[in-house]
Amino acid sequence: MRKYSLVLLLFVLVAGIDKAFGQTTISGKVFSKKDPVPGASITIKDTYDGTTTDSSGNFRFTTSEKGDQLILVTAVGFRPFEQRITLGSQPVSLDINMKEEVTELNAVIVSAGTFEAGDKKRAAVLSSLDVATTAGSNADITAALKTLPGTQQVGEQEGLFVRGGAGYETKQYIDGNLVNNPYFSGSPDIATRGRFSPFLFKGTVFSTGGYSALYGQALSSVLLLESIDLPERSEIDASISPIIVGAGTQQLAKNKKWSYGVTYNYVNVGLYFAAVKQTPDYFRMPEFHEATANFRIKTKGGGMIKYYTTVSLSDLGLRNVDIDSSHLKDAFSLKNRNWYNNLSYRENIGAGWKMTLGASFSTNLDKIGQQVQDQNNQPKQFSPQTFWMNAKNFKLENLQNLTLGRAVFEKRLGGLSALRFGGEYWHVDYRPKYNDTLFKQIDNYAAAFTEASIYLSKELAAQVGVRFEHSSLINKSDIAPRVSLAYKTGKNSQVSVAWGIFYQKPETQQLYYAPTSVGFTRATHYILNYQKIYNQRTLRIEGYYKKYEDLIKQVPVGYNFYSYNNSGNGNAKGVDLFFRDKKTIKEFDYWVSYSYIDTKRNYLNYPVSMQPNFVANHTASIVTKKFFTKLKTGFNLTYSWASGRPYYNIRPDVNNKFYVADQGKTRAYNSMSFSGEWVPSLGKANAKSFIVLFASVSNILGQKQVYGYNYSFSGATKSEINPPAKRFYFIGCFISWGVDRTQDAINNNL
Amino acid sequence: MKKFIFLLLAAVSLQAAAFAQSDKYAATMQKNLALFDSAKTAEDFTKLANTFERVGDAEKTQWLPYYYAGLALTTAGWMPTLTDKDANATRINALCDKAESIAKTDADKAEILSVRNMAATQQMLVDPQSRYMSYGATANQALEKAMKLDPNNPRLYYLQGMSLFGTPEQFGGGKAKAKPVFEKAVELYKQAKPKDLYPRWGQQQAEDMIKQCQ
Repeated sequence: MRKYSLVLLLFVLVAGIDKAFGQTTISGKVFSKKDPVPGASITIKDTYDGTTTDSSGNFRFTTSEKGDQLILVTAVGFRPFEQRITLGSQPVSLDINMKEEVTELNAVIVSAGTFEAGDKKRAAVLSSLDVATTAGSNADITAALKTLPGTQQVGEQEGLFVRGGAGYETKQYIDGNLVNNPYFSGSPDIATRGRFSPFLFKGTVFSTGGYSALYGQALSSVLLLESIDLPERSEIDASISPIIVGAGTQQLAKNKKWSYGVTYNYVNVGLYFAAVKQTPDYFRMPEFHEATANFRIKTKGGGMIKYYTTVSLSDLGLRNVDIDSSHLKDAFSLKNRNWYNNLSYRENIGAGWKMTLGASFSTNLDKIGQQVQDQNNQPKQFSPQTFWMNAKNFKLENLQNLTLGRAVFEKRLGGLSALRFGGEYWHVDYRPKYNDTLFKQIDNYAAAFTEASIYLSKELAAQVGVRFEHSSLINKSDIAPRVSLAYKTGKNSQVSVAWGIFYQKPETQQLYYAPTSVGFTRATHYILNYQKIYNQRTLRIEGYYKKYEDLIKQVPVGYNFYSYNNSGNGNAKGVDLFFRDKKTIKEFDYWVSYSYIDTKRNYLNYPVSMQPNFVANHTASIVTKKFFTKLKTGFNLTYSWASGRPYYNIRPDVNNKFYVADQGKTRAYNSMSFSGEWVPSLGKANAKSFIVLFASVSNILGQKQVYGYNYSFSGATKSEINPPAKRFYFIGCFISWGVDRTQDAINNNL
Repeated sequence: MKKFIFLLLAAVSLQAAAFAQSDKYAATMQKNLALFDSAKTAEDFTKLANTFERVGDAEKTQWLPYYYAGLALTTAGWMPTLTDKDANATRINALCDKAESIAKTDADKAEILSVRNMAATQQMLVDPQSRYMSYGATANQALEKAMKLDPNNPRLYYLQGMSLFGTPEQFGGGKAKAKPVFEKAVELYKQAKPKDLYPRWGQQQAEDMIKQCQ
């Protein structure tokens, strides 16, 4: 009893003291750039006293604290604010101006020219899964990217033809390291797939121009692939189809600090070609062996070491009708051996510094045999008078090695601003052997680069960079500046501009005889971009002007023998539109791309400035995806269209000057492709195996596709370049054994 | 004797001061926990979260204020009026970080993980098709980890039931699958004897869900 009276006494006492000194009222307004900040928390540090601002940013509370105190104001999206105050008997009035916090979530993105893809990126246009489920792509990254604006529907050779640029003007990088032979070796007039599966990568940046100074040697475009870190689970995979059988495993350590994996695939199209007739006569069925291995280690400092290697061997042989004489055939055979290695190490080295080191080695050998054969498939020899026929009997052993090292350092400068610099070194060793003549070509290429990303506010950002390059083979240097600016025009919309100069070394075959007589080719990009991303809808409009200078011109010296100089030039201008909507119709996702381009160039053997034969003025794609959960089935449909492309027969006249002997325009390109996936194990809780059945048909309607024309030596006959078959069918079954996290995630959260 | 009375007095007043301090904490917590029932709008819950965070920052050794601050924000996060789920989740996770650095027992950590589960679920629901691989997995991992730490926490089963309930039957969810989980939750709620100020929410909701599963 006495105890409680004492407590009571104490309370009275305390209350008395409170009364004696009185309470102080603190009031005011919290704002940022004149806008009120509602929901901000105001506290006297280390006390319970405080309040939250109302919808007009006003606040008011009382406190019994006295003397020097610290007022702390916090609100989501703003930097914490602190102010010292002295509390006496007078009410305190505070006007608090808060600074916005610049984060990746609210800041403007320097996006001119860039399509970002990835699972977590806010600006992502395509995710890795999107690549796999785009009908017509058959899980080939390049094919899926061809549904984006700015690219051409070129089917007669591999590569991404971006904004009036040839395929070799686009370079691919994996974890920052250049990839030398990103596509499988193939036969003439048939585009091949990329060597790398989309599932190897967590992020993809496809730049259609104005790309960062961290990359170089591509006049038009870069494709930056970022490999995944540790896998989410251990599993064993198998795939089976009439074309491909494969098996692999991915093992994740129990402590989730490291993983390794191996895969093997065998591709043989013999069965398929027996069922689906191909135009060429395959005398050696295309056959591929492909093995990959990888390891990934998470370092103590939170960094990653990643190694990936792939070895592939392929073999094929096919005959086509010889264009110069209807009773002869051209037999082409190819054996390819490719070994690719990529090692990367990224680490946070403290004090806001990040380091990325990379090394890569690749070797690629193509053994090509080309032979004219008679009706009985026997080799046919020609007299020296028919030199154009003789030129069709040859052997080529093309060995290409690339060894490179790269280092990039990044320093965070507060907020999102950062300074990056580094360098890279490529040792290029090419040894093509034509019949018995060896041409050796060694280039030591070195580059140094620096780039600053500066966020002046969350509305305004700039990226300024410069790149210095030197090639020992041509013995030339260049300096390539790049600038991008981005300004946020609304909560979800932004405008960005980019300007930059891009250099590229001439192609290998142009450098055999007098490499130092030519210099870098050059392109200048000007880009204006508007982008709005809101509520799962993306709208992107981009206009550009591209100026080509110092392009390579060829001067005829003899039949199929030229000298080269840098007197070529050209330009390209156009508009790219992209719209994607995942929202309007439930479980239905679609995107629409349209590009218009006006381009001319005077290069190689073009006698005047002309529209290149790989460019259509209008291209458009509609990609749709629909998943029916009840049926556990997804259907995907893609329609691609391009206006006709010009074609030319360019030949030297009697004075050894090129002229256009014949020209025309191909029919428009149309292709509708379909794919479907059935996932029967979807929904079986804790299923031990996960099965996907996949089927696809490219060009379902069998529309005739003409990519261009080949001309006979005399120019009297021309023949269409068509795909080897009208349609391509694929059916396959993919099984993985292991605990499937995707499955769990669906089960628990949808 | 005089000395003894003085000592006794001193001891009593010291105890009283300590009592007063913890009483202030308990009283503040009680008062604000009561506000959970009257709060309606996202603004109300943000205000409540701010208050709890203030108490947590002042106390420094109590994880519950941070937990409740996070819980208030997840409650706001279910409302369509709160549009920026990512920013909200970032703040919730920061509060959970603070709570976890103080919480000592596995049971306490399991409670905090349940808040993380809800935050990640809210982020996933922004765009389930493209986000279930990332945020869906995060949510699931939080729940799995929590169940390992405290297999008898009824709220974890309530949350598991909710996710099963929201998952189409074709994906292994549905009412039939959710019902036994809700029933298990209710059973555990009946056995649970939460300490003062400790979380006790969810029983009514779980019972209502069983009715919806009929």
